[in-house]
This record gives sequence, C-alpha cells and structure tokens, in this order.
Amino acid sequence: MTPELKGFLLLGLVKAAVGFGLLLLGVAFVTWLERRQAAFHQDRLGPNRVGPFGLFQPIADGIKNFIKEELVPADANRVLFLLAPALVFTPGLLLFAVIPFAAPMPVSFDFTLPLLGRFVYDDAMPMMIANLPIGLLFVLAVSSLGVYGIVLAGWASNSKYSFLGGLRASAQMVSYEVALGLSVISVFLVAGNVTLTGVVEAQQAKLWYILPLTLGFVLFVVSALAETNRLPFDLPEAESELVYGYHTEYSAMKFAMFFLGEYAALITMSALMATLFFGGWDIPFTSWDEGEPSVVASLATLIVFIIKTFAFVFIYIWIRWSLPRFRYDQLMALGWKVLLPIALGYIMLLATAIWLLEYFNVEQDLLYGLILFVVNLPVIYVLFWILDSGRLVFGHGLQRRITS
Amino acid sequence: MLVFNFWLFAGLAMISALLCITRRSPVVSALWLIVTMFSIAALFIILGGQFIGAIQVLVYAGAIMVLFLFVIMLLNLGRGEPTDIPGWWGKAITLGIGIVLIVELWAVTRIVPAGEIRLPAGTMEQVMDQQGAVGAISNTLFRDYLVPFEIASVLLLAAVVGAVVLAKRRL
Repeated sequence: MTPELKGFLLLGLVKAAVGFGLLLLGVAFVTWLERRQAAFHQDRLGPNRVGPFGLFQPIADGIKNFIKEELVPADANRVLFLLAPALVFTPGLLLFAVIPFAAPMPVSFDFTLPLLGRFVYDDAMPMMIANLPIGLLFVLAVSSLGVYGIVLAGWASNSKYSFLGGLRASAQMVSYEVALGLSVISVFLVAGNVTLTGVVEAQQAKLWYILPLTLGFVLFVVSALAETNRLPFDLPEAESELVYGYHTEYSAMKFAMFFLGEYAALITMSALMATLFFGGWDIPFTSWDEGEPSVVASLATLIVFIIKTFAFVFIYIWIRWSLPRFRYDQLMALGWKVLLPIALGYIMLLATAIWLLEYFNVEQDLLYGLILFVVNLPVIYVLFWILDSGRLVFGHGLQRRITS
Repeated sequence: MLVFNFWLFAGLAMISALLCITRRSPVVSALWLIVTMFSIAALFIILGGQFIGAIQVLVYAGAIMVLFLFVIMLLNLGRGEPTDIPGWWGKAITLGIGIVLIVELWAVTRIVPAGEIRLPAGTMEQVMDQQGAVGAISNTLFRDYLVPFEIASVLLLAAVVGAVVLAKRRL
C-alpha cells in the first residue's frame, strides 16, 4: 500500500469512529430531550435529578440496562431473537455514513509509525464518512433493510403481540418507503445529482430547496415519520394495544438496542431533512463558508448543521406529543391512496415545470424558486383538501353531516 | 484487494444460496436468500455498477424479500419436508438438469466473448466520471433504448393487471 492510501484509510477509520461516536452521543442526548420535552408539553418536570438538568440520565439508564437480566423466551427462535436487535441498530447507524455534516476541513499529516510505515494525507477532507457516487440511493437502500430487524423481532419472539407488531411494521414500512423514495426524486429533479455533497453544493450556490420543493418536504416528513415508526404512525409499537409491539419480549440491553436504533434513525432522518431541503451545513446569507476550506469554517458549519438537525428532532418530538395515533386502515389509505398518487402527480408536474424553465433558460435563483413554489401550490391545495375532507377548514361540511 | 473482495462475496453468495435451499424452516431459508441478494449487490459494486448494486439491495433485498417474509410469516409454515421432488423419476430428472447446468457453467468460463461486446478497459470509469453513477445508466435507458424500455414496462404493467384480475375476481 502506498503512504497516500494508508493515510486515506486511517482518516476514514478516524472519521467513522468519531462520526458514529458523535451519533451515539446524539442518541443519548435525544433520549434525554424526548423525556424533558414530553414533560414540558405535559406541564411537568421530567428527569432532572442526575447531573445538571438531568443530563446524565441517559448514562444512568445505560448502566441500568447493562446490569439487568437478559431474558430469552422459552419458545423463541434463539438465533433470530438475538440477531434482530442488531439488525435494527445497524441500518440506523449506516445511514449516517453518507450525510455531509460540515464544510471540508483541510488536513495534512506525514508521519511514520513503527511496523505500519508511512502515512501521508494532504487535502481538504470531505466531512462525511463515505462520499459515495450513489449517495441518496444508498440511503434508500439501507433504510429499506431496517424493516428486517423489526419483522424478525416480532416473529422470533413467538408471541402474539410481538407478531402483530412485526406484521404491522413490515406493511407500514414497505408502503411508506414508496412515498419516501418519490419525495426524494423531486430533490433529484432540481439538483440534477444524487450525491448528497452535490445536493448541498447546489443549494449553497442558489437557494434552499424548501422554497421550490415545499410539497416534497411535506411528503418527506410524513413518510419519514412512518418509516421511523414515530407517532402518529407508531402502530408497530402501539403500547395501548400491543403492550409494546415487536419488542415486547425483549429485556435489558437488547431492548436498549432497539431504542438506540430507533433514535439513531430519528437523528439521521432529521439530518436528511436538513440536508435535502434546508441547505445541509450551509450558513444562510453568507458565502465565506463556501470559499477556501478552513478549520474555522468547518467547525462553524458543523455547529450550524447540528442546530438544523436538532430543530427537526425537536419538531419530531413535538409532533409525537401533539397528535393521536392513526387507525391502521387510515394509515394504509393515507400511504397508498393519498401520498402515492399525489407524489406521482407532483413529480410529473415538477418535471414539466423544470423542463419549461430550462427551455426558457431561467437561472436557478430566487425567481426560479418562486415559480416552482407557485407550481407547488395547487398540489398542496389538493393534498390539504383530501386530508381535510370537509372537516376543519370547510366547517359547513361538518355542519351538513351533523344536520343530516 | 479486488480479487479478495470478489472471492469473499462470491463465496458468501454461494454458501448462503446453498443454505437457502437446504434449510427446512421457510423463514430461515428466506433470510439466507436475502444474504445471497446482498452478496450479489456487493459483486455489482465491485464491478463498478454502483447504481445496479444499490437497486439490487433496494428492490430485491429491501422490497421483494420483505413481501416474501411477510407471506411466509402469515402462513406460519412449520418445518418443511426434506425434499419436495416426488419419486425416483423426479430425482433422476433433477439430477440430469443439474448436470446440464454445471456443464453450461463450465462452458461459459471457457468461452472468450467476441470483441464487440467487450468494452475497452477504463470505459466504465470514464463514463461514470462524465455522467455520474446514475447518469451513465439513465442516458442509455431513456435516450438510446427508450422504446425497448417502454415496451418492457408495458409488459410489466400487463403482468400487474393480470395478477390483480386473478386475485380479485370481483372488481
């Protein structure tokens, strides 16, 4: 191996270790945030005893989970039962690998270790764990694997509640994957690129995609909620119907693995929302962060990215404590009869609009964004009209139903 | 490194395919089939077909096998019989077909493809650099071979409609 290759591999290892370490730290923080925020929404205090503001509560929980007894049900399929938590946990972490979390950082080193030889690197290091040419397709592919852990957990437990949870999860995640993929296609259409670095670059240069792709963002958020099994789509768990769904039979650290995987997926989805529609690590209204790579710019953009991500985590938790759970037929109807046709129609409309804009040589700037936003409006109107179905906005529909 | 990766994933694909057809529990069989699909995706990526690798995982490992697993779990099949090939004749025919397949494989390794169907070395990398991993596929599919592609999609649509008609007698 050449010294350059060795330097690259070393850097890759360090990035993977630091990236996943930070992600797990974020997961610990989100478990705390979820409990504190839930308490805030319900007008109570939440965990505030361990450390300042209760911040060390996740550590206490971790220790508790480690020293609890590991139980395997007598009739469970032992191997698959033990495999399932790992299968939930791994895709949640893997997804994070392709998300760029800061501006490239200049790194240069040249040293020699005994036995291992010389390591050389001198370039701007892209701040993501793996810069794949297929970028977002990797995200879709890996997130489609997350369902296996849940299905197997439900099946291997050999218990009714777990099984029902597993079945619900598989049907739900397969359905909403379609809508998720279609909403991401709208980003491909405008960016003309599938790599996440390309998407971020395109947004930095001109405008954030939340303006031209408002509906794409709405579709993405709804299907992301369903993909991560969060309220209002948490039917696989549904603690008031299924005890705890697919992880009813799990105890101690295996149970904690499901939790870690779920929250890792939550953070990753929030990071994806920030990356796809809110400029990624771009600092708004400035351009110095896009210039020459420097350590300061890198750290500043990292902080901005974390702020954006946690804004979406906050919204996720907010939604959880605001909305009731869907009924199962409503969930399926929403996925197949509302989101899917609307996403398909939206893509056709968007593609036509983009083709026309390119035909008339409109630059990708504010005007371009505004035109596409106007294109969004009728589809948004249709979506809300279907979702509302004369209940809320058009109150007279309700009135008519009551009187009849 | 490339050769090592190839043998790693090719071996994994072979072993898991064998385990898939020898396991008695349908769920475990399906799981080994997923491992096979995954290894094949890795082989595509080694060959430089990153897009096809991702689609392989997304479609086969991620969607089709989930439905397989879903159906198997719903049917709640127990452990299957050691073999479902009936009788002495059946076994003889299967053995014959197996031998033919092995000979075919052996023949394929011996054949040198004609010059025209081989790309010059480095073409893939060049095209990928110019058009990106997805562009290289989509330009061919939606510009050069648009009509065959659309015909294939009509064929798939006919299959979907047929399945719906068969499953739902009263629409």
